[in-house]
Amino acid sequence: MRSRNKIATICIYTALLGGAISCLIPMYWLIRSSFMLTEEMFRLPLILFPKKIRFQNYVEVFTMVPFAKFYANTLFVVTLNILGALISNLMIAYGLTRIEFKGRNLMFSLSIGTLMLPAYVQLIPLFLEWNWFGKINTFLPLIVPAFFGNAFFIFMLCQFLRSIPRAFDEAAFMDGANYPLILAKIIFPLAKPAIAVVAIFQFMFTWNDFMGPLLFLNDMDKYTLAIGIRTFISTFYTPWGVLMAAATLTILPLIVLFFSAQKYFISGLTLGGIKG
Amino acid sequence: MSHSKKMGFNKKRQTLWGWILISPLCLGLTLWVAFPMGLSFFTSMTKWDMLGKAEFIGLKNYLIIFTQDELFLKSIRNTLYFTFLSLPLQLFIALAGALLLHSQVKGQRAFRTIFYLPSLIPIVVSSVMWLWLFNHQYGLINYFLNLLGFDRVQWIDSKHMVIPSLTIMNIWNVGNIIIIFLAGLQGIPNDLLEAVDIDGGRYWHKLRYVILPLLSPIILYNMIVNMIKCLQLFVEPYIMTNGGPVNSSLSFVLHIYNNAFKYGKMGTANAMAWVLFLLTMLISLVIFKTSSQWTYYEGDK
Repeated sequence: MRSRNKIATICIYTALLGGAISCLIPMYWLIRSSFMLTEEMFRLPLILFPKKIRFQNYVEVFTMVPFAKFYANTLFVVTLNILGALISNLMIAYGLTRIEFKGRNLMFSLSIGTLMLPAYVQLIPLFLEWNWFGKINTFLPLIVPAFFGNAFFIFMLCQFLRSIPRAFDEAAFMDGANYPLILAKIIFPLAKPAIAVVAIFQFMFTWNDFMGPLLFLNDMDKYTLAIGIRTFISTFYTPWGVLMAAATLTILPLIVLFFSAQKYFISGLTLGGIKG
Repeated sequence: MSHSKKMGFNKKRQTLWGWILISPLCLGLTLWVAFPMGLSFFTSMTKWDMLGKAEFIGLKNYLIIFTQDELFLKSIRNTLYFTFLSLPLQLFIALAGALLLHSQVKGQRAFRTIFYLPSLIPIVVSSVMWLWLFNHQYGLINYFLNLLGFDRVQWIDSKHMVIPSLTIMNIWNVGNIIIIFLAGLQGIPNDLLEAVDIDGGRYWHKLRYVILPLLSPIILYNMIVNMIKCLQLFVEPYIMTNGGPVNSSLSFVLHIYNNAFKYGKMGTANAMAWVLFLLTMLISLVIFKTSSQWTYYEGDK
């Protein structure tokens, strides 16, 4: 690599710049369109850089549909999902890695096995089940399952907990601590980086989930953002500018989260992907 | 001295605590995996519109979808076309991207961030965004094509271009895969690469004899995960084309969804879900079986 010739260097930079531009342009186009009137969007030649930034679409997002309610609903569901994911996965991973008992390897394998089940295959069965419980059109089907662990997080946390020395637990036992106390006082503080990854990824999963709310929610005032956006699309008239503003508002928290917790994103993706 | 003795706990209490701690997992597997799957399997053998009583008809649904439902086979074809077009392109571009991002360049961090950004965008949002980019008259892509002197393309409005269009969208957010490849590249020991240098090898030799073999388990991982994702194509056609034009983007999952919630054929929809499940397992199995030919694990002979 040290003796890279000039032509190779030029090729690498060209490819990188090309890639970066292709990644950014669609997003630029989305944001650019959100600040334009719909009439301006339908004008040829296309206006690449709007001369005047208009916030009208952002006002209309909130007046055309109960968009603030969509936001509140999403935040509500996301918060409870994160809470459920943290409690359940930490408990399960702790039980699977720090306590020796018969059957734990089997349970670990069963859990990993569910990773191979295509999520969409399970959705109609889950719909049938919640229908049977009579809880369709409530938030329960979107929240309750988070409290029962998730194979991806269990796997990741197990990997992480195995790297914490056993001596810590043993020292605590000497001082008379029991399992829940060790989990709360020793494992939890040490596992904070992994816990952050769980929280962030659960945030992403739930924020982006489309199929779940689509199946389980019927009333518009219960919609989350992901299915709320859909309400702007219609066969005879789609207010494109407003739609783009709604889309921009939906990704904004994700972008903020990403830039404030970048290192956890990388470690989450790679922890789940490589080790083991 | 055994671990448990040192801990001062007897085996019984240990076992009890173990099962208490993993009880959410046991309950979860029963409630959200085993039970719904059983329910689904039972439903797949009935004729049921969710209003009246379910009528048991045995394996007839499975027979019907293969013999009387033309759209079913079409949706499988569309989904497989999408999968086998997207998957190789995704993996190739992600690998190329990762190799580029791994080379010593200025602004490496910024490039990595930018390449990952599209993966942050929820599919609903990217569907809306690309719907607008692909617009025949006012879309940016056709605008550029026009500037370069090409004819406008009917992206998602054309029977032939709709699946390739969805593939382009899919390739746009390979950032996830790039990050996983990058982590793999960082794990490749430097002395192996230097050995190639000493032997007078070029970059191509490093790639062929060091990088690709050591990366092969990660390639396999990305292949399986993304194959499963591709086979579940749903949101893009649901939002952008509703399966059209003329059902040419009707994906397997969209067809299942339509059967269950539009046509009220719960039995048929569940039978299809099982077929999709078996198809996914089958393709995974084929990939796993053939992977021993091209994956390399350290310690193997």
